[in-house]
Amino acid sequence: MEQMNIVIVGHVDHGKSTLIGRLLADTGSLPEGKLESVRLMCERNAKPFEYAFLLDALKDEQSQGITIDAARCFFNTAKRRYIIIDAPGHIEFLKNMITGASRAEAALLLIDAHEGVQENSKRHGYMLHLLGIRQVVVVVNKMDLVNYDEAAFLKVKKEYEAFLGQFGLVPAAFIPIAARDGENMVTPSEKMPWYSGKSVLDHIDDFTLAKDKVEMPFRMSVQDVYKFTAANDDRRIVAGTVMSGQLEVGEEVVFFPSQKRSRVKTIEGFNQAPRTTISAGNATGFTLETQIYIRPGDLVVKATDLQPLSGTTFKASLFWLGRTPMTLGKAYKLKLASTRVTVYLKEIISVMDASELQTEDNRREIGRHEVAECVLETLKPLAYDLAIDFEDTGRFVIVDGYEIAAGGIVIGQVASEASAVQKYRAQRDASWEKGLVDVASRQKLLGQRARAVVFVGDRAPELGKLLEQHLIANGRLAYFLGRASVMSGMGADYSGALSREEFVRRLGELAHVFTDAGLIFVTSMQECDDAELEMMSVLSHPFEILVVVCGLNPFSQRVPDAQISDAMDLESAKSLVVQLLADKDVVPEYFL
Amino acid sequence: MDHLDKLEAQSMYIFREAYKDFKQLCMLWSIGKDSTVLLWLARKAFFGHVPFPLVHIDTSYKVPEMITYRDKFALEWNLNLVVGQNEAALKAKETFPDGKIDRIACCKALKANALKHTLSGEWPRKRMNHQTRQLEYDTNTEPYTGVIVGARADEEGSRSKERYFSPRDKQSDWDVGDQPPEFWNQFKTDFAPGTHVRIHPLLDWTELNIWEYIARENIPIISLYFDQGEGKRYRSLGCYPCTTPVESTATTVSDIVTELKSGKFANIAERSGRAQDKEDGGGLESLRREGYM
Repeated sequence: MEQMNIVIVGHVDHGKSTLIGRLLADTGSLPEGKLESVRLMCERNAKPFEYAFLLDALKDEQSQGITIDAARCFFNTAKRRYIIIDAPGHIEFLKNMITGASRAEAALLLIDAHEGVQENSKRHGYMLHLLGIRQVVVVVNKMDLVNYDEAAFLKVKKEYEAFLGQFGLVPAAFIPIAARDGENMVTPSEKMPWYSGKSVLDHIDDFTLAKDKVEMPFRMSVQDVYKFTAANDDRRIVAGTVMSGQLEVGEEVVFFPSQKRSRVKTIEGFNQAPRTTISAGNATGFTLETQIYIRPGDLVVKATDLQPLSGTTFKASLFWLGRTPMTLGKAYKLKLASTRVTVYLKEIISVMDASELQTEDNRREIGRHEVAECVLETLKPLAYDLAIDFEDTGRFVIVDGYEIAAGGIVIGQVASEASAVQKYRAQRDASWEKGLVDVASRQKLLGQRARAVVFVGDRAPELGKLLEQHLIANGRLAYFLGRASVMSGMGADYSGALSREEFVRRLGELAHVFTDAGLIFVTSMQECDDAELEMMSVLSHPFEILVVVCGLNPFSQRVPDAQISDAMDLESAKSLVVQLLADKDVVPEYFL
Repeated sequence: MDHLDKLEAQSMYIFREAYKDFKQLCMLWSIGKDSTVLLWLARKAFFGHVPFPLVHIDTSYKVPEMITYRDKFALEWNLNLVVGQNEAALKAKETFPDGKIDRIACCKALKANALKHTLSGEWPRKRMNHQTRQLEYDTNTEPYTGVIVGARADEEGSRSKERYFSPRDKQSDWDVGDQPPEFWNQFKTDFAPGTHVRIHPLLDWTELNIWEYIARENIPIISLYFDQGEGKRYRSLGCYPCTTPVESTATTVSDIVTELKSGKFANIAERSGRAQDKEDGGGLESLRREGYM
């Protein structure tokens, strides 16, 4: 049987519990005898029966182990099985409302006919829009309190329609109901003959299930690249969940933002029939015809399909949930599909109260529960789409410290000027306290040109240490600094693991200090890409970085200064790098 | 894609997120149907491999067949099996079957506490040695920071409030009222030192889905779930002093699916055979906070 998640949202006390209780009762989805026992209990306590009590009764039962729960209620119609997701109406629980609503394919939004449109009626409407829930039915409840008056209904409808229209949300319907009395819940209400539309239940059945996005261009965010060599498995599998489109064995794929290309060799899977095609929704994996360097977060696109956008700066609409406000210039972590990258709030275009959509300009920060249009800038180039074209690659969350503090959608591309790293360096250099010794004097003293030598690849640490040893043995001043040393010492202020960008930034800063001191700075990175190398180059400026690649070349733009194949022995590899330093005049025979 | 395909894909996605973001990751394996499906889904996600340890808490009161089944598949599927136990309580006979404490206190000692201290590495852990085919004390005592468990939202009330990635604080406490937001398949994968995260790939599955999937994938399931000719079978597996079989003549997976869909169990809770659930009105939530599964 078909299944659908729906969420019921709205301001506190506008009748969510009653509506849910009524839906469960009217569709015969309550456990046997439940309705009668709650009625009886009400009689005994001399209070009028309310459908909302059903939910409370169900909550009591859960604790005794019966498989109905209030956070998720189930009911069936002839058409399909529904799961109602609970979404609290109180502002304090906005993050719970978002968690619940984001799992739904359609929403019922309740408004009290008597109280009219309230703060959370608006806030929830706007959140549904940002969350990408397009199927919305607005239910105007408690019509009995306004004597089933059409004018009262139309007033609420007009006001709320205008509000939703500001961001282009068009509800499938507005239905006048009295959930308590079942008016317009299942069958047309006799008390509101002026309403000719469908009942709530019929509208729910009219919601459509999200279609698999097979017809759209192919998109898959690389979740991970696996090679289980220890378990005698030599396959190098690019794993991920296909977000849209389909892909066949033999087709050419492009990985963004690096734009490396290859062809799909095989589709891999466990305990499944061999297949040659993967499509939207599949959690899958494939191998490639050529060995190219890719990493988690890369966006896979078919060469013949519409290409994604990429860059470091984009315009976004976001809602802030964090306890402390989002501020300009502070580093956050952005998660978009499987990409994780450091991000800065570059500019606040406008901040609005989600319940009023009133815009405030000249703001320096985005407060809790506020919605903002802003420009974000990532430290490294990012591949993405506009949310309007592709949901999955057009929306993101922002992590502040350890917590998800925001969700947002990409609404436009912004051409970037100087990169964030360049600006950072300019600031650093401007405030650098220079000594009285210049570069030339150090060169003369040490008889060498300061450089950073970066080894990249599996054998990188080993080779780096050998080079340092060789240089020292030959009277040069060199220093090898490994990854672990940066992580443990320089990274000790980080209570969690140092983020990748922060690691690269610190390594770049160290390269700058050591080279500025006149040394040959040797370091190793098992993994590296163009953007990270670029960041290091910018930071160690004005001293040039020499790159030695061991094994597979991970760069698509940067041409390595030396390449060492896996087959080459260590001694020859070392000589090759020593020769490189001689050729580049880093260690000249005579220094004049 | 049908409903099971979607559930499978989502679980695989969760597994891969967990594996990418947690260095010290492990998965709990109770030998029951849920955690065995969980194990199968891990093999789906990682193309036949299970690249993290499987932790089993042995109360010593498990039905003996469960231990035989556990060791058989640990060896056959090349699993990194880690076993923890409350050795002190068992030695002192501080248990319900020994008549010293009640059911809930026993669950707390043999399951919740054993789990907590096994995960933290404070208590000795045994690891399956695939050469000697024996469990041996493990030298690795690092705490696990990511723990994959097979909880389902439909099991009972407190579980329906879980997240896919659910943080626990230093005392293994679960703050039900203040959980992280979780949307667009982005989970809480950043956490403060000393805290850990419970990961729930089966959250959206129902008991029926589990059996339908076992049938579809032909997953080998322990025979205690089937009637052996006495008109009884286990619907949920636990310790033998506290778990009673249900009346049922189901001998195959498809018998069970039929039974759940339209038969006698269509409206009866799965854990109705678990005695400890009844003792403490709604107290599972309190035990869950302690880390009980």
